[in-house]
Amino acid sequence: MRLSVRHRTVYAFDAPMRWIVQSHRLTPSVCVSQRTIAWNVAADGGEIGASFVDGAGDAVRTLTIAGPVDRVEVLVEGEVETTDTSGVLRNHREAISPRVYLVPTAATHPDRPLTELAAAAVKGASEDDALGRAHRIAAAVADAIEYAPGATDAHTTAAEALEQGKGVCQDHAHAAIALAHLCGLPARYAVGYLFAGAGEDGVEASHAWAEIFIAGLGWVGFDVANRCCPDDRYIRLGSGRDAREAAPIRGISRGGAVEALDVDVTVSSSPSRSQTQQ
Amino acid sequence: MYDGETLREAYASVDAWVKRTPPEVIAQKQQEAEALFRRIGITFAVYGEGGDVERLIPFDMMPRVFTEREWRKLERGVKQRARALNAFLHDVYHRAEIIRAGVVPADLVYRNEAYEPAVVGIDPPARVYSHIVGIDIVRTGPEEFFVLEDNCRTPSGVSYMLENREIMMRMFPELFRSIRIAPVDDYPEKLRRTLASVAPPKCESEPTCVVLSPGSFNSAYYEHSFLADQMGVELVEGQDLFVQGEFVWMRTTQGPKRVDVIYRRIDDSFLDPLCFRPDSMLGVPGLMNVYRSGGVSICSAPGSGVADDKAVYTYVPEMIRFYLGEQPILKNVQTWKCADPADRMHVLANLKDLVVKEVHGSGGYGMLVGPASTAEQIAAYAERIKAAPDDFIAQPTLSLSTVPTFVDSGLAPRHVDLRPYCLVGREVHLVPGGLTRVAMREGSLVVNSSQGGGVKDTWVLAD
Amino acid sequence: MLSRTAESLYWLARYMERAETMARLLEVGYRMAMMPSAAEGYRNEWASLVAAAGSSEGFEAKFGEDYRQRDVESWLFFDRDNPSSVIACIETARQNGRAVRTALTTEMWDALNGAFLEIAGIEREPRTEALLPKLCEWTKRQGALLRGSTETSHLQNDGYDFLNLGYYIERGDNTARILDVKYFVLLPTTDMVGGTIDTYQWTTLLRSLSAFRAFHWAYGGEYTPRKIADFLILNRACPRSLLHCSGKADFHLARLAGAYGRATFAHDRIREIVADLSDARIEDIIGEGLHEFLTRFINRNAALGQDVADAYLFGPQ
Repeated sequence: MRLSVRHRTVYAFDAPMRWIVQSHRLTPSVCVSQRTIAWNVAADGGEIGASFVDGAGDAVRTLTIAGPVDRVEVLVEGEVETTDTSGVLRNHREAISPRVYLVPTAATHPDRPLTELAAAAVKGASEDDALGRAHRIAAAVADAIEYAPGATDAHTTAAEALEQGKGVCQDHAHAAIALAHLCGLPARYAVGYLFAGAGEDGVEASHAWAEIFIAGLGWVGFDVANRCCPDDRYIRLGSGRDAREAAPIRGISRGGAVEALDVDVTVSSSPSRSQTQQ
Repeated sequence: MYDGETLREAYASVDAWVKRTPPEVIAQKQQEAEALFRRIGITFAVYGEGGDVERLIPFDMMPRVFTEREWRKLERGVKQRARALNAFLHDVYHRAEIIRAGVVPADLVYRNEAYEPAVVGIDPPARVYSHIVGIDIVRTGPEEFFVLEDNCRTPSGVSYMLENREIMMRMFPELFRSIRIAPVDDYPEKLRRTLASVAPPKCESEPTCVVLSPGSFNSAYYEHSFLADQMGVELVEGQDLFVQGEFVWMRTTQGPKRVDVIYRRIDDSFLDPLCFRPDSMLGVPGLMNVYRSGGVSICSAPGSGVADDKAVYTYVPEMIRFYLGEQPILKNVQTWKCADPADRMHVLANLKDLVVKEVHGSGGYGMLVGPASTAEQIAAYAERIKAAPDDFIAQPTLSLSTVPTFVDSGLAPRHVDLRPYCLVGREVHLVPGGLTRVAMREGSLVVNSSQGGGVKDTWVLAD
Repeated sequence: MLSRTAESLYWLARYMERAETMARLLEVGYRMAMMPSAAEGYRNEWASLVAAAGSSEGFEAKFGEDYRQRDVESWLFFDRDNPSSVIACIETARQNGRAVRTALTTEMWDALNGAFLEIAGIEREPRTEALLPKLCEWTKRQGALLRGSTETSHLQNDGYDFLNLGYYIERGDNTARILDVKYFVLLPTTDMVGGTIDTYQWTTLLRSLSAFRAFHWAYGGEYTPRKIADFLILNRACPRSLLHCSGKADFHLARLAGAYGRATFAHDRIREIVADLSDARIEDIIGEGLHEFLTRFINRNAALGQDVADAYLFGPQ
């Protein structure tokens, strides 16, 4: 599928800001399931500096703005040709050992209810069938945490989301990671875009899901909220141990200015050449 | 204490001075020394105590003495260890051959809280991660040296090595004239050269180095400003630096100035709020991105702590064989890992004879010295071990060497250890000396300043 | 030099100068309190002092509108709730000094740290009538000690210029404020000008600025508001006059421009201020209205301080 993305983030400050620094993870991953046709990240008045590919294979770039400015706009526009690989991350070059992703962070820290949910999820499943266990984990989280926008915020932990029984894709991913850890499976947080279908523009177009490491297969994505593995409707940008580490834009504002954030993401399908010829 | 002919002779000349000098003069000298320390303002902070936390470390005038032959062996051993530790760090952040070979268990590295995924794959200049390696050594016999622990992050105390020598030279010029003692005063210059030698690839001219401190309220602030001053570089705080484009800049009255090498004295988690703790006000937002893209060098590299963990320590002799193909020159103290069931049983059964330490602890806090503890203390500690066995290791109590030390009743033997500071850049250097810490209480084996330990000057006699 | 170091030196000097001004203001009050005044009595004068110190709001919030001598003394000298009290100024100055300890000479640090240590002792002394003049003397002496040790021991480099910029920007501000209060608060009606109380108050003012003899030497004869205003605004020889302070700020900024090889917007501003003051005649100033003139100066001087901060990258950014 050929997907077009337009992702606009606007920060407005109540007082002019200087020396703004952001770390961007805004470039599509290089892997079998996606091929970048065109991609551009622009920020008015800013300078893109320090760029590198990190140990997890993500392209990271640094945006700095000397300022003073009272507004920053980051505009991501591009087109990606996607293929369905049933959620398996193929030919993705990365250097970090999967075992590193067995270590919980504050957001994925296990408590008793998470531990009990993990035990219940894999009860009766074969120890050897890691993939089956991972699917059961994803299903258990989907059953335990109802999709409910507004019930949680950016700082909600997996344990808190489970207690409430409500959350969004971030909470689903955190809970799935926590459960996977408890079952001895390395797991991490993946971010990207989702094409929700015609007429559903803007619905969770900016998306997150869990990736669980399955020996012999590699990293496999699990989108708990949609009860599926990422397919050709998904564009992957990068990963981290939790939402904070994986965030597409990490920024900091100093000097006491209050920041207002406005995010607008549109993902649409454009007829690809191969499709029109068929 | 008095083994080895030259050593005896060296102590003898100090002894002779003690004998021909009236006690009141000695007392007066000791007071002078303390006054000098106070005037210079060398203090340290003690954690976990209320009130006035700035204290002087007790300084003992009797030096610790090594012959040149002894020192040569120590030097080779320390350098060997520093090279192996750096090879280990490079390996675990790249292909991890030592794990693949089954020499070091994967989880010990990858699930270690000091392991930093953010630096995986980085190639720091000269492949050096830990540029200042402080190795704590004790001696149990004429030729027997044991390593107690390695310090690969930012070992402190080197200012004492330099100031102790300065004060000794002022107070005992006649001793320095009659005995040839190897100088240590070129340490700051060697440190500066070490830092400059690991400037990042993007630095094309004479590198600008800085010392990054958490600020004047940090317990080691004196040392930070002392080293910056001695090296002739700026002492900066996080707020003095900022990231712009591909580089890190320092805010100066003449405008932004590019910084190439940062000798940081703040912990990994505070370095960059964009990468680590988002609430850190001590760090520089974006610093890690510049570091990763080769725009700046950070000494020591973030993530170096994975090499000086007390559980990783037990594998250092194996690292030396694995990376260098050499036999370890300095021995490790036998260590039982409480994580291992068999070891744990041995430890719990023999607590009264052992020293037990927290794996991630430092500064002598939270340790159990079996022979010096009551039955109740031992029982309570046993419960802690059972609750979290992975967090503890145990070692035998060594019969540490003692050196003569001034106490209220005159000269008396006290236990000591030694921390030499090995500099690792394009070359490896060890200045002939170090920080000798002394347990001021009779029979005590704990030399940490936070636990009432003192310091001495360390002499290496030139042949 | 690190911007933070320059900033600390600058504020260290400003706070020491401010401590001295507070002591001088207290001295004015103390002398005036011994003089029976007409109309509203001495209470009015104490209120004017707090107004000159720029902290009426804080004072009234804490003590109410009844300006009792004891409260004012304690507010201006010992009260940490007042960021401009002598004790707060000395502590802030010392804190700035401590942060850049290696940029100070041992003599300077001893002077600064000595003041800090001594004031803790003074704080514990019983507050008697006799204490106040002693405190004022003591504070001025601490300022002099630091100035003296700076002059004799500090390298005359860029750090020296930032110290002096702090001193002179602060002092110009303080002189303008004291003069403004004297004119604006103490003399609300013009028919009082020239009366005997007025004369006494003007002399007190001059004394507080250590300018009593200097005035006589320069002008002689009677005190007139015109002569005094001329002396404190336009007389370059008077070390507390606005022209003198601005001239010195100009001098140190010019030294920085020379050392760094670049002039900044701060340089444009100071040249403008000095040029205007040099061309001004006292008749015109009084014609314009002294209060209006002083307000304009205070604002421009503050803008100069901001320019210096911006030009040399001060402050958390």
